[in-house]
Amino acid sequence: MLRLEARPAPSRLFAWASPVLSLLITIAVATVLFIALGKDPVRSLTVFLIEPFNGLRSITELGLKATPLILCSLGLALCFRSNVWNIGAEGQYLAGAMVAGGLALWVTEANLGLNRWVFLPLAIIAGALGGAAWASIVALLRDRFNANEILVSLMLVYVANLLLNWLVFGPWKDPKGFNFPQSVSFADGAAIPRIITGMRLHWGFVVALLAALGMWLFMSRFYLGFALQVGGLAPAAARYAGFSSRSALWTSLLTSGALAGVAGAFEVAGPMGQLTPYVSNNYGFTAIIVAFVGRLHPLGCVLGSVLLSMFLIGGELAQSRVGLPSALSGVFQGVLLFSLLACDTLINYRLRWLPAAPRPGAKAAQAAGATA
Amino acid sequence: MNETALLIAAMLASGTPLAIAGLGLLINEKVGVLNLGAEGMLLVGAVTGFAVSFHTGSTVLALGAGACAAAVLAAIFGWLVIWINANQYATGLAVSLFGGGFSAFVGVPYVGQKLGAPVTHAIPLLGDIPFIGPALFRQHPVVYLTVIAVAVVAWFFYRTRAGLVLRAVGESPESAHALGYKVRLLRLAAVLAGGALCGVAGAYLSTIYTPLWVEGMVAGRGWIALALTVFATWRPARILLGAYLFGGVTMLQLHLQGLGVEVPSQFLSMLPYVATVVVLVLISRNPIWLRANMPASLGKPFFPGG
Repeated sequence: MLRLEARPAPSRLFAWASPVLSLLITIAVATVLFIALGKDPVRSLTVFLIEPFNGLRSITELGLKATPLILCSLGLALCFRSNVWNIGAEGQYLAGAMVAGGLALWVTEANLGLNRWVFLPLAIIAGALGGAAWASIVALLRDRFNANEILVSLMLVYVANLLLNWLVFGPWKDPKGFNFPQSVSFADGAAIPRIITGMRLHWGFVVALLAALGMWLFMSRFYLGFALQVGGLAPAAARYAGFSSRSALWTSLLTSGALAGVAGAFEVAGPMGQLTPYVSNNYGFTAIIVAFVGRLHPLGCVLGSVLLSMFLIGGELAQSRVGLPSALSGVFQGVLLFSLLACDTLINYRLRWLPAAPRPGAKAAQAAGATA
Repeated sequence: MNETALLIAAMLASGTPLAIAGLGLLINEKVGVLNLGAEGMLLVGAVTGFAVSFHTGSTVLALGAGACAAAVLAAIFGWLVIWINANQYATGLAVSLFGGGFSAFVGVPYVGQKLGAPVTHAIPLLGDIPFIGPALFRQHPVVYLTVIAVAVVAWFFYRTRAGLVLRAVGESPESAHALGYKVRLLRLAAVLAGGALCGVAGAYLSTIYTPLWVEGMVAGRGWIALALTVFATWRPARILLGAYLFGGVTMLQLHLQGLGVEVPSQFLSMLPYVATVVVLVLISRNPIWLRANMPASLGKPFFPGG
């Protein structure tokens, strides 16, 4: 029978092979599903895997969707490495979106005639403050009252969602918007500058890449980043070394909250241009998958974000081109994470084929049978 | 008077899915498995239950199908966390994310469809008592069965040998293993039972409580049920109490909205979530008390001989 056997040291090969393996498994599952739904599997797979990379416009759209995923997943990677289970990035994203949206609305109403390049840093600050403030509730309740951060951060997602709903259905509703739940469109200056004219991709993408670089430096070169990760891997060792678990909690939560908030700010002031209840495309939750697919490594997060935004765009294309429900991409995301977690076992364990051990007494019975 | 009775009745009805799911999660956690996939299991149970009820018209079949579907998901979850030692947090999240995507995908043809109004059964005699009758004894049978199930689980864990063994698995898997118990199989059994209950809770939501399917209709009840196990300090009877309290908060919010209170409806809708946070804070404040009640191996993998 097959048995798991602990490896003496984690396998470096499988740390890299596992995401690839799980992607292959996901593709296999997808193929079976396409056939079961009576669709041409080759055509459907092309739509999911190739079309999102087809042409400049598609690639810029890919970068556009990857931007919030990169930002959210970077923060989550830091949290998970510090053993802080913040799974409410979605709420922090929405908080950032609301604060930055408020700023953009104010700029619009006051008719400041701002330059987009002046607005960009302001939007980043507003989003970061909003997201960090939302995450600080989680940190405070964990720190002061020992309340489970998973549940608190998650409950706050629902609260943030309702808060956003209240804003766009109530005080921030566009009076001339035919009663639609949306704010007025932001002024031309209250937007994130675009990289290529005519394409929706904005400079936030570059900011996200810089953030990934910064996070990589922070994790690998900075004392505080090191202390956080020791706390996550071996809490006892961290205590012995005098690394504060409280500072790890606050640092990781505030950082990830700020990053998620910036993601939200970019989305409202970037492609959306106004506040609506649909500011998020579930980016905060998808980023959890990205963080794991990216091995909790900043550069892995970038690659994982591109992969997952490919799934998102593939899902949209599959709906319009092949007539598959776009919800399918959610299924694939789940399958990807499942198979990744299963494959990750191979990093620390190896499969060993062991002949079934003879049961004690089996031999005696055999002997008895022979003499009879 | 009569309105209060109806409010109490509604509170029991809306607390019931939380009680069922909370009970399932309690069973999981008693053996040391933290199931963050509850939300996904409820969603899968809900969509399966709705589909079966829609095609067969049978609520019993719907609840059973919901239980089976969620148990399948629980089996995958259990295999990953019990046999191949995948991270319990990450795997649970994977179940929740998958359940969300899968239920949305499967549920596409059922959006906007309606089921017949659920039947309620007045218990003879008891249902005729003024005030108490309409408040307590004119519910769907599942509401009564939930109370019985909680009693059975409490009896099982604290009064039977098998229950004691399961609790031992949760408190110290090493000791249970040394005594010759199949720790991993027992854990899997508990995970399956817990998952099935989550599925029943989901199916109750989509076929009895609000007989329609809406994407994401579970609306965080899986997570609230997780908080309930903390609130209940892992005692079955307190799960029931907590569930009805949360049901009360939900009903209060709807009731206030109905009365036209001068607070935006969104703030009232926040109540159950805010209440969950408040309850978590109140219960978790005393870490020693929490640790004394929590199954000692909660969230920790067990690898025999490893």
